[in-house]
Amino acid sequence: MSGNKRTPLYAVHKALGARMVPFGGWEMPVEYSGITKEHAAVRTAAGLFDVSHMGEFDIHGPEALDMIQHVTTNDASRLADGQAQYSAMAYAQGTVVDDILVYRHNAEHFMVVVNAANIRKDLEWINSHNRADATVEDITDRTALLALQGPKAIEILQPLTNLPLQNLAYYHFARAKVFNVDAIVSRTGYTGEDGFELYFAADQSELVWNRIIESGSRFGLVPAGLGARNTLRLEAKYLLYGNDIDGTTTLLEAGLGWIVKFDKPDFIGREALLQQKQDGLKRRLVGFEMLGKDIARDHYPAFVHGREAGHVTSGSPSITLKKNIGLVYLPTPNASIGTTFHVAVRSKLSEARVVRTPFYKREDHQ
Amino acid sequence: MTPDDLLFTKEHEWVRISGNTATIGISAHAQNELGDIVYIELPKPGMKYKSGESFGNVESVKAVSELFMPVSGEVLEINEELGASPEKINEDPYGAGWMIQIRLLNPDETSELMSSEEYDEQTKEKEE
Repeated sequence: MSGNKRTPLYAVHKALGARMVPFGGWEMPVEYSGITKEHAAVRTAAGLFDVSHMGEFDIHGPEALDMIQHVTTNDASRLADGQAQYSAMAYAQGTVVDDILVYRHNAEHFMVVVNAANIRKDLEWINSHNRADATVEDITDRTALLALQGPKAIEILQPLTNLPLQNLAYYHFARAKVFNVDAIVSRTGYTGEDGFELYFAADQSELVWNRIIESGSRFGLVPAGLGARNTLRLEAKYLLYGNDIDGTTTLLEAGLGWIVKFDKPDFIGREALLQQKQDGLKRRLVGFEMLGKDIARDHYPAFVHGREAGHVTSGSPSITLKKNIGLVYLPTPNASIGTTFHVAVRSKLSEARVVRTPFYKREDHQ
Repeated sequence: MTPDDLLFTKEHEWVRISGNTATIGISAHAQNELGDIVYIELPKPGMKYKSGESFGNVESVKAVSELFMPVSGEVLEINEELGASPEKINEDPYGAGWMIQIRLLNPDETSELMSSEEYDEQTKEKEE
């Protein structure tokens, strides 16, 4: 485990009996009471996740927006103050440097949130394409990030802040006191449920964590780990960098065309992605479910008409749906809804079917 | 506490010997490492395996783990209830979570296995 970083809540996780695993260069809690329980709690009540391993960059200056527009594929000029956006950074060939969130504080101040394993790479990438000298500051180490997710999240958080949470729209955020701590309260998440992500000073981590746990106990709030975070995000078809997208897959193949805005000024990857759009996609990332009892896992090969045609990028039992689901890149002609193919599960080929995604969608979706 | 009538492998299977038959499962430590178990693949009665051969797989939400024969044997019976209730392996790994019963083909092999005490020592070292 040596060499892995620890979040400020490491001792709290250990005291709660969490199983700690290395993840993206960090030692993180994978589960506390068990993935199944934690997953179900987030779908029916709420879960609290320490995701302080995520990277945050503060981007300042008159050139901040121009720089972000150049290195990201979504259109950050459409953001209002206090609004966030799912976006990506692409290589010139249209493949993925990272998928990110872009927060606009104001016209000259943005925050970019990146995947833990990509912090250094992303920082170098941004700095090397920072033509107009916007100020880029890595604030990861002094920033804690907690995700409070689930239908009860709003009731749990409201007593701890005077920010009227019902007025905070999806993918919007505000600066507010949470308890006595200055925080960015963001209505975002990675679980497919309503919820909030809180960014605040790392040295306040234990206080904020404990106050939320106290406030939430009567609502069924549980601490939740990266294990449940993964099964939850897969049901909602949120992609995971390193599994479903990486430097070898393009944003269009991954189904992320909706965050590629060809009508904005030039950005890195635009030409290649436009070309690919015109030429048509040779393969696509699609969701599938297993028709038998076998569980498809990450990296299992996929077979179409007896030939290896791709591999599972994320595969798991779906705790909510009681099915075995996954994501796979398939050749476009074999990727339409309802098509069957096979996944090599150890020594045998198990039948699977391409299905509509997300696998799970909450009913009160905003 | 780990029951003291069991023998263990390094791969975390346990065996309970009774005459020339034996019952096999995985340890409390192993089920805890795996987390919530959702599926198990077991062989059919009549199958014969040598010591160390894979006889099945156990899958949790997050991982799949192969099961290895602690000793050579012929499968007499499998725990059918685990098909519908694999969580029994988490709840009662040394009791209701048993996996297969075998007829010993080479009873001398049991001398290769660890006692409960030795096994506990080994897993404790790993956890630290």
